[in-house]
Amino acid sequence: MHPPRLLRLTAPLLIGALALTACGSNKESGSKGEGGDGGGNKTLTIGVVAPLTGDLAAVGAGIKNGVELAIKQANDKGTVKGYTLKMDAQDDTAKADVGATVASKFVADSSVVGVVGPLNSSVAKSVAPVLSQANIAEISPSNSGVDLTGREALVAGSTQSRPYKSYFRVCATDDIQGPFVAQYVVKTLGKKKIAVVHDKKAYGQGLAEAFAKEAAAQGATVLKTETINPGDKDFSATITKLKAQSPDLLFYGGEYPEASLLTKQMKASGLKIPLVGGDGVQAAEYLKIAGASAEGDYATALGAPTDTLESAKQFLTDYTAAKYTEPADPYGAGSYDAANAIIQALAKAVGENKSGQELRDEVVKEVQDSDFEGATGKISFDKFGDTNNKVLTVYTIKGGKFVPAKTDSFK
Amino acid sequence: MDLFLQQLVNGLVLGATYGLIALGYTMVYGIVQLINFAHGEIFMLGGFGALTTYLALPSGTPAGVALPLMLLGGMAVSVTVAVIMERFAYRPLRGAPRLAPLITALGVSIALQELIRNFYPRAKSARNFPQLVNPDRRFSLGGDVSISAPNLLTIVVAVIGMVALSTFVRRSRTGRAMQATAQDPDTARLMGIDTDRIIVTAFVLGAALAAVAGLAQGLRFGQVDFRMGFITGIKAFTAAVLGGIGNISGAVLGGFTLGLVEVMATQYAPEPFAGGAWKDAWAFVVLIVVLVFRPTGLLGERVAARA
Repeated sequence: MHPPRLLRLTAPLLIGALALTACGSNKESGSKGEGGDGGGNKTLTIGVVAPLTGDLAAVGAGIKNGVELAIKQANDKGTVKGYTLKMDAQDDTAKADVGATVASKFVADSSVVGVVGPLNSSVAKSVAPVLSQANIAEISPSNSGVDLTGREALVAGSTQSRPYKSYFRVCATDDIQGPFVAQYVVKTLGKKKIAVVHDKKAYGQGLAEAFAKEAAAQGATVLKTETINPGDKDFSATITKLKAQSPDLLFYGGEYPEASLLTKQMKASGLKIPLVGGDGVQAAEYLKIAGASAEGDYATALGAPTDTLESAKQFLTDYTAAKYTEPADPYGAGSYDAANAIIQALAKAVGENKSGQELRDEVVKEVQDSDFEGATGKISFDKFGDTNNKVLTVYTIKGGKFVPAKTDSFK
Repeated sequence: MDLFLQQLVNGLVLGATYGLIALGYTMVYGIVQLINFAHGEIFMLGGFGALTTYLALPSGTPAGVALPLMLLGGMAVSVTVAVIMERFAYRPLRGAPRLAPLITALGVSIALQELIRNFYPRAKSARNFPQLVNPDRRFSLGGDVSISAPNLLTIVVAVIGMVALSTFVRRSRTGRAMQATAQDPDTARLMGIDTDRIIVTAFVLGAALAAVAGLAQGLRFGQVDFRMGFITGIKAFTAAVLGGIGNISGAVLGGFTLGLVEVMATQYAPEPFAGGAWKDAWAFVVLIVVLVFRPTGLLGERVAARA
């Protein structure tokens, strides 16, 4: 009885294994042989890692849509000769550990040649090391955490060195964003007594600290920083504490789910001062949740307002035509540019008949040399992976909309 | 002083929500010794039930009519789910080792969250909740101390709910049967009490109070969220343990204590443990200290009064 049963069990396994090796060798010879004549039905994948569920889902969807649009256009035009591009969007739920798992998945999938995302700097800290190890180009539209490209050294006054060799970003950083908005509120708005609250996340804390330092340097009184937990909904205790010190402005380092409730509860408690936030607050959801309480608040965004840029008009038209339900702002245009940087790098890299790890290495090299006009402006990177385009905009909220108040390139 | 009093008010509001939910944990634990971790989700479903009722009402319904209907709608959803949960998830496991229903409760909790997240329209992130009670309307309590309308409503309904429950348990026939079942289920059954019905009653009462808290939460923050039951549920469970799990007055006291600790820690905690981000840490420090000196919680697990 025993030998036949064993055979029955092992036979399919053996056949399966043989079939797999056969497939493997087929693919191998295929990619080498067909390289010249451009078969057109081989696929390469651009990964997207962003929060697709949870509080930040609306912003994450904008990132995914931007990439999808870029890929669709590239496929229609045949930008990458001989290949069809495909998107693999994975949900990181805005959590670092989930991000790391997603990154490993991308590394294991040999068709992934580049990744756009993640949204959060805290997630990037666990995604970038994994992708860097495998040398997969990663471009984030939104990470403003200083240490991702070694900029914390600049803040400390020493020399910058790059921690992740395949990590890039198309946005300005907190060491620029914080001081930029600090100068605006102290110099332009003339605020003197400023309360600072952050959520202790890499992004929120980094931004709030950079802001507080510059605001103090500009001569404003900065109250002792208060902290909250991401996910909190009841801020009454923190607000009561701040109200007793009668500040004339509140800076919040963090994202809109908490910021919107904070501004709402703050104003309802009778502390009617503007809330100022970074790019994590500049989201349509902020207006929706905070409603009328958001009037007169401020938020910065990385880059110039999408609808004022000549280069962004085409993007916005295409985005609208694609009938996405989620708004492109704040990072749809940036993700579109990030995806295009990867696509253009890919177009050059496949032309050199590279595949597998060689292709991944080549894409990183080509992304480093990116130089084109994107939807958010000129896309090019310095040797640390930071964008050379350090434009920021302060928005104020008027009539339920973000209205640009000041756009400038930080010195 | 005004500052202290204002924080006191903030703490009482927070504690009222914890207390309302803690009652559900404590009643079920008192009778079947089950820590019903899915109770936080019953609270969340109460909020969503109220929202659904509101959306079903013709627009322009005055708040005075809409609010009671929303409360009833929220309660109907919470109670229905709690009864189904008891019948199909917990009752088959009665008499099984205590770990089995506990794990089941965690499973039910996750299942309910995912159900809302995946099947309730636009519930993947927080959903806006109608602000029928204007949060900008504040009532002065003397000096600089004030309370907003939704917060006042929260305290009022919480106290009404707590008093009603305690009266019910002490005075009504069913309430006394609950106490008897809690003390000794076997003897209670011998005396002719339908213990299955009593256990369902405990779930129903807990769910109804959780629905009150769910509606109050929606009105206070202007949103409901599929995840809102998780952390609040854990806090309410902490409140129940703090007060002495199984003890009804204990759950209320535990709720208010926890709320006050969180708020006062935000205001007065010393560096480097100051600020709102540390409030949960302080809440658990207090829990540990209480449990070290009084392992059965503040009011203890008084067998005679538990139900």
